[in-house]
Amino acid sequence: MSADHRPLSPHLQVYKPQLTSVMSILHRITGVALAVGTLLLIYWLAAAAGGPERYAAAQGFMASPIGLLLLFGWTLAFFYHLSNGIRHLFWDAGYGFELPTVYKSGWAALIAAAVLTILSWAIGLAVM
Amino acid sequence: MNLRTPLSRVRHLGSAKDGTHHWWAQRMTALALIPLSIWFIASVLSMIGESHQNFALWAGGPFTASLLILLILATFYHAWLGLQVVIEDYVHATGVKFALLLLVKAACILLATIGVISVLVLLFQ
Repeated sequence: MSADHRPLSPHLQVYKPQLTSVMSILHRITGVALAVGTLLLIYWLAAAAGGPERYAAAQGFMASPIGLLLLFGWTLAFFYHLSNGIRHLFWDAGYGFELPTVYKSGWAALIAAAVLTILSWAIGLAVM
Repeated sequence: MNLRTPLSRVRHLGSAKDGTHHWWAQRMTALALIPLSIWFIASVLSMIGESHQNFALWAGGPFTASLLILLILATFYHAWLGLQVVIEDYVHATGVKFALLLLVKAACILLATIGVISVLVLLFQ
């Protein structure tokens, strides 16, 4: 068997997804998504530096349905990556490895991400 | 005694003589980004609907401009380190991997520079 056709380990096709593994890959996916999303952040800052008209155009794009959808996705990815990132930092410091704690911190990170996203948009839409 | 094969040594596989630097830099930028990004999101929320003039006044203050520049540098350093690991984990064709690593690094440096220059323009306006 050539190296290219060896079975992939872990055998994703027979694995039942767990909270731990799903959150782990989500951390990567949100990380990549946030990196792509920095394009929007830099576009917005550059537009602000470019003067009132460019800034108004950037603001107009952000307030369009596509812009709002991108911003919502970005916010959700951000708060997930932030909450789960703090969870990772505790692991890096050597805390929270007991299995019940891993599940508790996982749910805590998910709930924190959802609450912070909803809270931000509630504030944002109220101000708008 | 070194058990590494001569071929793997000449291909530069193994220690690149920077030890845990990559891992450590990713954690330190993560730590810095916790307060910086929360501050940024809170600030943007409070700036919604503000005119360009007010936004420029806010972003062009010395304190805000400094935090924005630190946020931009930490963000793109962290993003570069993270994307690098993702590419190294999933892209195995040497040429494509090398090209992607270079592209991501260049994109991060370019975007960070545009961001920092934009903040400086607002600062000196």
